[in-house]
Amino acid sequence: MKSRGQELGILTILVILCVVTAAKNHVFLSSENIANTTRIWGIYGIFSIGLGLVIITGGIDLSVGSVFALLGVILAIFIVDKHMNPALACLIVVALAALLGWGHGLLIARVRMQPFIVTLCGLLAYRGLARYITDDETKGFGDAHGVEWLRNLAIGNVHGVPIPVVLLFVIALAMYFVLHRSVYGRYLFAVGRNEEAARYAGINTRAVVASAYVLCSAFAGVSTILLAFYTNSISPSNHGTFYELYGIAAAVLGGCSLRGGEGSIIGILLGAALLQVLRNLVNILGISSSLEFAVMGVVILIGVLADTLLRKRA
Amino acid sequence: MLALRGVTKRFGGVAALEDVSLDLAEGEVVAVIGENGAGKSTLMKIIGGVYVPDGGTAELDGSPLAVKSPSDALARGIRVIYQELSVLDNLDIAGNVFLGRERRHGFLLDEVAMRAETRAILQRLGLDLDPRAPVASLSLAERQLVEIARALSMSVRILILDEPTSSLTMEETQNLMRLVGELKAEGVAILYVSHRLDEVHQIADRVVALRDGKNAGNLAREAISRDAMIRLMVGRDLAPASKVKHDGTGEVRLRLDQIRTERYPSEVVDLQVQGGEIFCMAGLVGAGRSELARAVFGVDRYQGTVEVDGRVVKVNTPRDAINVGVYLVPEDRRGVGLTLEMTVRENISLPDLNDFASLGMVNKTAECKYAQTWADRMRVKTPSVEMTALHLSGGNQQKVALARWLALKPKVLICDEPTRGVDVGAKAEIYAELRALADSGVAIWMISSDMEEVLAVSDRIAVMHEGRVVGSLDRAEATEEAVMRLAVGDSA
Repeated sequence: MKSRGQELGILTILVILCVVTAAKNHVFLSSENIANTTRIWGIYGIFSIGLGLVIITGGIDLSVGSVFALLGVILAIFIVDKHMNPALACLIVVALAALLGWGHGLLIARVRMQPFIVTLCGLLAYRGLARYITDDETKGFGDAHGVEWLRNLAIGNVHGVPIPVVLLFVIALAMYFVLHRSVYGRYLFAVGRNEEAARYAGINTRAVVASAYVLCSAFAGVSTILLAFYTNSISPSNHGTFYELYGIAAAVLGGCSLRGGEGSIIGILLGAALLQVLRNLVNILGISSSLEFAVMGVVILIGVLADTLLRKRA
Repeated sequence: MLALRGVTKRFGGVAALEDVSLDLAEGEVVAVIGENGAGKSTLMKIIGGVYVPDGGTAELDGSPLAVKSPSDALARGIRVIYQELSVLDNLDIAGNVFLGRERRHGFLLDEVAMRAETRAILQRLGLDLDPRAPVASLSLAERQLVEIARALSMSVRILILDEPTSSLTMEETQNLMRLVGELKAEGVAILYVSHRLDEVHQIADRVVALRDGKNAGNLAREAISRDAMIRLMVGRDLAPASKVKHDGTGEVRLRLDQIRTERYPSEVVDLQVQGGEIFCMAGLVGAGRSELARAVFGVDRYQGTVEVDGRVVKVNTPRDAINVGVYLVPEDRRGVGLTLEMTVRENISLPDLNDFASLGMVNKTAECKYAQTWADRMRVKTPSVEMTALHLSGGNQQKVALARWLALKPKVLICDEPTRGVDVGAKAEIYAELRALADSGVAIWMISSDMEEVLAVSDRIAVMHEGRVVGSLDRAEATEEAVMRLAVGDSA
């Protein structure tokens, strides 16, 4: 119930920003701009949902951006250099992502290392690996054959709607039921609130925690594919840098508490949307692009501050 | 010295305190009694500066009390020891005792002085602990005593103790009682909040009873009696605890054979609990009772054999225990017995959620109905099962913790300190429920440090001391002295 208020709050901010931006510059509402912004929202939204799940268990995953780089270059190598069947290559990439997540989960849930440290090491290690296996050279798909349908997933439309948005909606709908209606979802919240109490209630808390990391990385794997074909070239040293922070920011803006046990899918979607509108707004209103991060930082701070103050009063 | 007149405090329209008056004189011990939710803690928090009252006056030495924060209260010599522990796990005892008022050599801590002073205070409390011991290594009871030590290390004019003995053993309680006497002789005024009427009877000069946030009456020293206090608190007479001994069915439902726990790896425990009986395990805090229960429930590791209904089971996780019908209501209700931030409904259904689910999706209607049924059955006082467990009183929280297992048809129910911090009315309801459960053939294994409770409720008593079961007593032959002697390690 608590997150309902936060969802409304962020929706209000989102609407206000949209209205103000649209009033100041009509480009904002041009179909091209809307398509571009929502397309990126779709790609970012998918991995933000994964991060949200991890955050709900009281954890964090900092490795997402590096996963994009590592698996992105692997995808390019598979398809372009090894001439692998693109569908198979994608499957392997998502499986590899899940495997990385399983590794994180194992270290965090079983060995009981801190999520921040485990995934920070992932952030460093995967980035390094990506650069090593490519000799720091940018990988791309150029005009490889048989990948048109994949490229279409990232940059195509159905009935005018960008396909990443469609994918995001499908995944979000499924995850809505998983998180808010299923036994597993309840366990995620219970473990995030109080892992020990959940254990006393007979929940296999290790498996629940580990599974959140597997899901998070698997969603990152899906995003890897979309992102790789969206950019069409992957520079191992800076592809995807900071993206985990977009995901974390989206989740937190959307009501996920870093202490765990709180959050909602709708909130995460709105949070991810707000971030993209902010980036778009900086661009459209002619604010210096070097201020982009500053604007986002301030807005996130204000959003979370307002929520904290409102809760205190309630 | 302290005079409250017509104090009122509301929380969102609900009056927690209404027109309450209280006087406290120098060197006087006033006990404040009342059921959970009667407003005792709110009253203490007003005096301690945590809450500001909405109405009424409070005076200290004839001038307005006007404390707006706990530090204001401290500055005026008012020291409150709350029920919820506020010691820091990561510091040692001396560090906790002097927290915020560290003795120092200029910029550096004067550890030597702090330890010496702490040692003296600990001795005064009858505690044989090293001031350098990390608080994380202490039992719940010892932590509580560290809080009391902290209060004693300051100059205090009014000492407020909110349920100070709820986790203390008999010996520790007696030490505390002695200490209260000493402080009183020094002219300290003491407000003593407790459910343990024997203690109140022992130390109080006057009793102030609260009921539903209002004054329910006072008792002068001569008028203090158990019955009188209960009458004031509940406004009715309680039926005396049943004195009938119930025999078990004879069928052993839980058998422990050569169990070794992590806490006492060199001691083995054998015991059995029959269906139909309430088996009570007495002993001092730290005797290894909770550890044994946790091992049987799969929280801690153990060696040895656990048999349920004659079948050997290997319990590695709580789920394993739950699957064979062995449930634990743990000692630390707020920390692990419940997930406080979740609703009553979610807490009740949590262990059994799969039963309301098809294809992994929870059927919320069925879940609600189930939670409502069991909350009603346990008479949980809550406006709705959608209420967060955090907002319930201790007694009602415990009923929720019990309800989740009762709903699962236990074979063996282990209750660790089931009535700690629970008011008299709820206690009686919990006892009745446990008895009904036993009558239906369940084996009840209760762990309790409350001697009165042990003697009133159990059919059979075992006493543990330092990891061993040192004696077993029948209901008929058990007396407080006999149990106590075993608990402190005197051989029978």
